[in-house]
Amino acid sequence: MRAALWFLAPALLLLLVFFFLPVVAGLLLGLTDFDIYAIGSPGNARFVGLENYARLLTNDVFWRSLANTLFFVALGGPLSVAVSLGAAMLVDAKLTRLRPLFRTIYFAPVVTTLVSVAIIWRYLYHPRYGLLNHVLGLVGAGPIDWLGDPHWAMPAIVLLAVWKNFGYNMLIFVAGLQAVPAELYEAAAIDGAGSWQRFRHITLPGLAPTFLFVGVTTMIGYFQVFAEPYVMTQGGPLGSTRSVVLFMYEEGFRWWRIGTASATAVVLLLITLAGALLQFRLQKERT
Amino acid sequence: MRRPGASSLLLHAALVATSLISLTPLGWMAAAAFMQPGEANALPPHLLPHDPTLQNFVALFTRLDMARAFLNSAVITVLATVLSVFVNAMAGYAFAKLPFPGRDRLFRRLASALVVPAQVGMLPLFLLLRELGLVNTYAGVLVPYLASIFGIFLVRQYALGVSDDLLDAARVDGAGEFRIFAVIVLPVIRPILATLAAFTFLSAWNDFMWPLIILSDGHMATLPVALASLVGEHVQDTELMMAGSMLTILPALVVFLIFQRFFVRGITAGSVKG
Repeated sequence: MRAALWFLAPALLLLLVFFFLPVVAGLLLGLTDFDIYAIGSPGNARFVGLENYARLLTNDVFWRSLANTLFFVALGGPLSVAVSLGAAMLVDAKLTRLRPLFRTIYFAPVVTTLVSVAIIWRYLYHPRYGLLNHVLGLVGAGPIDWLGDPHWAMPAIVLLAVWKNFGYNMLIFVAGLQAVPAELYEAAAIDGAGSWQRFRHITLPGLAPTFLFVGVTTMIGYFQVFAEPYVMTQGGPLGSTRSVVLFMYEEGFRWWRIGTASATAVVLLLITLAGALLQFRLQKERT
Repeated sequence: MRRPGASSLLLHAALVATSLISLTPLGWMAAAAFMQPGEANALPPHLLPHDPTLQNFVALFTRLDMARAFLNSAVITVLATVLSVFVNAMAGYAFAKLPFPGRDRLFRRLASALVVPAQVGMLPLFLLLRELGLVNTYAGVLVPYLASIFGIFLVRQYALGVSDDLLDAARVDGAGEFRIFAVIVLPVIRPILATLAAFTFLSAWNDFMWPLIILSDGHMATLPVALASLVGEHVQDTELMMAGSMLTILPALVVFLIFQRFFVRGITAGSVKG
């Protein structure tokens, strides 16, 4: 039908030229030695096969970035999901008053500008004047050099990410909780099940599809961490917070090693696809 | 077993404690934004400004060109929101209601590309826009915001519910497809367009990596980009940086509070797509 074409043309053209074409070009650029000399005249770029990938495998900075990112995902992912579930159960509890107010408060950090909150937290983490060390001091702990100590910098960024993001998954968990049939809880209560047993045998199984969705999307999102280390630590101290995307940005836009940066982007794509495939498989298994 | 009164007390204590954790960083930002220079580094920390001042905001607008960054952010965000709502509404409607061979397969293909991270195409996109002379222009920063697979998806799911009888009746009356879309469809799908608008507004306003790459000229910088470069030079000026952060966060928060209802719908709609 002719009309459909006109309705679709703007969106499809934009996606084709400014999304699909660049993604495919990225795959190809990853096979070339495209660098600052090729930007002026692209004819200078040569096809080098998998050389960029081979070089990534022997690049310590790349491996460190990958390890940092995996640490961020492995610590931040489960922690975010757990806090989101906790908040969802608080908000959704039968006795809770002022439910919309609490929901709005927990969600507020989600809509704030990441760069701004990264700057705010940079000051909250200040070893001498920061509010966090002050609170720790009140209970006789600390002080911790949050962003200056290579062992604490990434956990500090995880803490900020959990604070900022938990409200998003909380909303999804609330929807999931409300979909668990109330009769199940009533039946269990009649059978004398305690609150932990009800949580363990009704709530958790009932939320399984929600867990799957939330878990995988959170991990995929966390693999793309960039602004937090860019603003708070510039990847330091000692490279302990450089993420894969920050590595890609530095390779591509600081050193103009487009070939290496594109190969890094492809690695990010492969990790993401693996995550999506995992979700797809697990979902199929359930049905 | 605990009495209901005690459980309720415990529950609300936990709710309030969590609220404090959510609000304290933002509250401290708001307080520090009005503090005198150096006051944010007092020991023990001040939770409220002792002698409130507007001088941090004045400095942002007079000395530091943040007015220009604010304008850039506003223009880019408003254009992105208006244009993307139109582009995605038309495509989403077509995928829902205008049949053509291979339509649903095309849509599924498109939806499967949702998992591709935007960063994968960013370098080539930059090179492409550089060839087109669109680096450091509003058009350059805008193009990737305009069509969104997620936006098309949202509109399509909603438009599937539009009554075919209504559309067919209008066709029998001789109305053209664009007229039908403008007069009949748009008013019906308005709620999902509000959702889409709220999402686009917030993601364009808050975006960092893409504007950082494409708007390298200081005059074209959006607020997040300007702020990130300001913190490099003025990291000691805590109060100034908090005023800048507040200036950036406040419009996003206000838009969220106004459109909250629509926003929540988009998030839960996105989660059931599975």
